[in-house]
Amino acid sequence: MTEKKIRVLVAKPGLDGHDRGAKVVARALRDAGMEVIYTGLRQTPEMIAEAALQEDVDVVGLSILSGAHMALAPRILELLKKNGQDQVRVFIGGIIPDEDLPRLKEMGITGIYGPGASTEDIIKEVRAAVQLRGA
Amino acid sequence: MSLTESVLAGNRLALARLLTQVENDSPEGRRALAELFPHTGRAHLIGITGAPGTGKSSLVNQLALHYRKGTDRKVAIVAVDPSSPFTGGAVLGDRVRMRDLSGDSGIFIRSMAARGSLGGIAKKTAALVQVFDAAGYEIIIIETVGAGQSEVDVARLAHTTVVVEAPGLGDEIQAIKAGILEIADVLVINKADRPGVENTERALRSTLELAHPARRVFRHHGQTMSVSAPAIDSTTWIPPINKTVATEGKGIAAVIASIAKHVEHLRQSGDWAARDRARLESEMETLLREALLDRFFASVQQVKYEETIEKVINRNISPYEAVKYLLNGKQV
Ligand SMILES: Nc1nc2c(ncn2[C@@H]2O[C@H](COP(=O)(O)OP(=O)(O)OP(=O)(O)O)[C@@H](O)[C@H]2O)c(=O)[nH]1
Ligand SMILES: [Mg+2]
Repeated sequence: MTEKKIRVLVAKPGLDGHDRGAKVVARALRDAGMEVIYTGLRQTPEMIAEAALQEDVDVVGLSILSGAHMALAPRILELLKKNGQDQVRVFIGGIIPDEDLPRLKEMGITGIYGPGASTEDIIKEVRAAVQLRGA
Repeated sequence: MSLTESVLAGNRLALARLLTQVENDSPEGRRALAELFPHTGRAHLIGITGAPGTGKSSLVNQLALHYRKGTDRKVAIVAVDPSSPFTGGAVLGDRVRMRDLSGDSGIFIRSMAARGSLGGIAKKTAALVQVFDAAGYEIIIIETVGAGQSEVDVARLAHTTVVVEAPGLGDEIQAIKAGILEIADVLVINKADRPGVENTERALRSTLELAHPARRVFRHHGQTMSVSAPAIDSTTWIPPINKTVATEGKGIAAVIASIAKHVEHLRQSGDWAARDRARLESEMETLLREALLDRFFASVQQVKYEETIEKVINRNISPYEAVKYLLNGKQV
C-alpha cells in the first residue's frame, strides 16, 4: 500500500486578478510533500466545489484579496456540504479584517492567514487539521 | 450500498473517493477494482502527450467540449503531472486550462501526481482509467507530459495516442529524437497562430516520410498499381497531422475526425483487440512482478539478505550470483 498523500485544492475565487500569493502557498505545500491541485484565477464557488469533489481533496485553500470573503466563504462551505464533503477543511489566505475572523471561524473556516503569515505555520496547521480528520 | 455499487450507479462523490482508494492501493481499492473489472472494456482511451507547455491541457479542454456536444457520452480526463523526486509533493495545474468544462456533470476531471514513477505516467493511472471505464465514461482522455518513458507508457495504455507539438521548440531534433512516430497515432501542431508553424510541419512531414516511405506507384497494363515496402500496405496507419489553435478552439473538429478515423482503423485491422490484449498483458506482468517481489521479501531472512549484499559489496560474489543464491539457496 502506498502512502496516503494530503491533497489540497488551491483556488482563487472572486474577480481580483493576481495569484502570486496562491502560487507561493501552493509551492510551499508541494515542498511539504502534499499534492496541490491548482485551479487558477476567477473561480466561482460552484467551480471550486466541483473541483474539490472530483479531486477528493482533504483541504481547500482559498486566496481572497477582493474583500468578498464574507460572501464567498459561506457559499463554498455550503456547496461542499451539499456535495457530501463536510469533512473538507477550508483555509483562507488574503486580506481579512480582524472583525471578520470570529464569524469566519464560526461558520467553519479552519484557518485564516494574512499577508504576513509564514508558510511553515500554514503547513503545520494543514497537517494537523487533516490528521484530526483521519483520527 | 457499497462504494462500488454507488460508482456503478453514477454517484460522483463515490467515484472520487474510490479513485483515491485505488490511487493509494488500499485493500478497499483493490477489492473494488476486482469488482469493477467485468464492467470495463467499453471506453475509448485517448492519450495526449507532448513537451511541456505545448498546449495539451488547452487541447484536452477543447476535445472534451467537442465530445460532449450533442451526445450524452460521458468524458473523463486523467491529467498526470510529475511529483517532486525530493519531497514527493506535486503541483497539478492542468485544470487551469479546463475551466470551460466546469458545470457539466458528464465530465469528470482528475489530476494525478506521478508519485514513484520517474517523470512518467503514474503507476496507478491504468487502474484509475479502469474505474472510469466501469463507471460508464466512454471517452477517457489521459494527459501526460512527454518526457521519454511517459510517452511510451501512455501509448501502451491508450487506444489512440495524440502527440502535441508546437512551433519553436527546436522541433526538428525533437521530433526525431523523441521517437514520436513509434507512438503517435495522431499528430497535432498546436499554437498554429504562432510563427514557425511551417517549419514544424515540414520537420514532422520529413520525419514521417522517413518512417513511412512514400509508396512507389507504377503502371501495369494501364492500371495504376502501388508497390510498397513489405511492412507497408494499404492498412498501414500513417499519423495525420492536424494544426490547431487550442486557445481559440480552431482546428478541433479535424482532430476529432482523425481520432475517429483511427478508431475505425483499429477496429478494421483487428488492432483494437490486439492493443487491448497487449495492455492487459503488460498490466498483469507488472502486477506479477510486484507480487513476486513482495513474496520474496516476505520469505527471505533479513540477515541472509544483508549478508548477501555485503558479499556483493566486498566483491566476493557478483550481483548475478547473489540473486541465484537468494532464490535457490545455493551456496556460492
Ligand atoms: N498562442 C497560443 N497559445 C496557446 C495555445 N494553446 C495553448 N496556449 C498557451 O500555452 C500555454 C500552455 O498551455 P497548456 O494547455 O497549459 O499546455 P500543456 O501542454 O498542458 O502544459 P503542461 O501540462 O504544463 O505541459 C498557456 O499559456 C496557453 O494559454 C495556442 O493554440 N496558441
Ligand atoms: Mg497540461
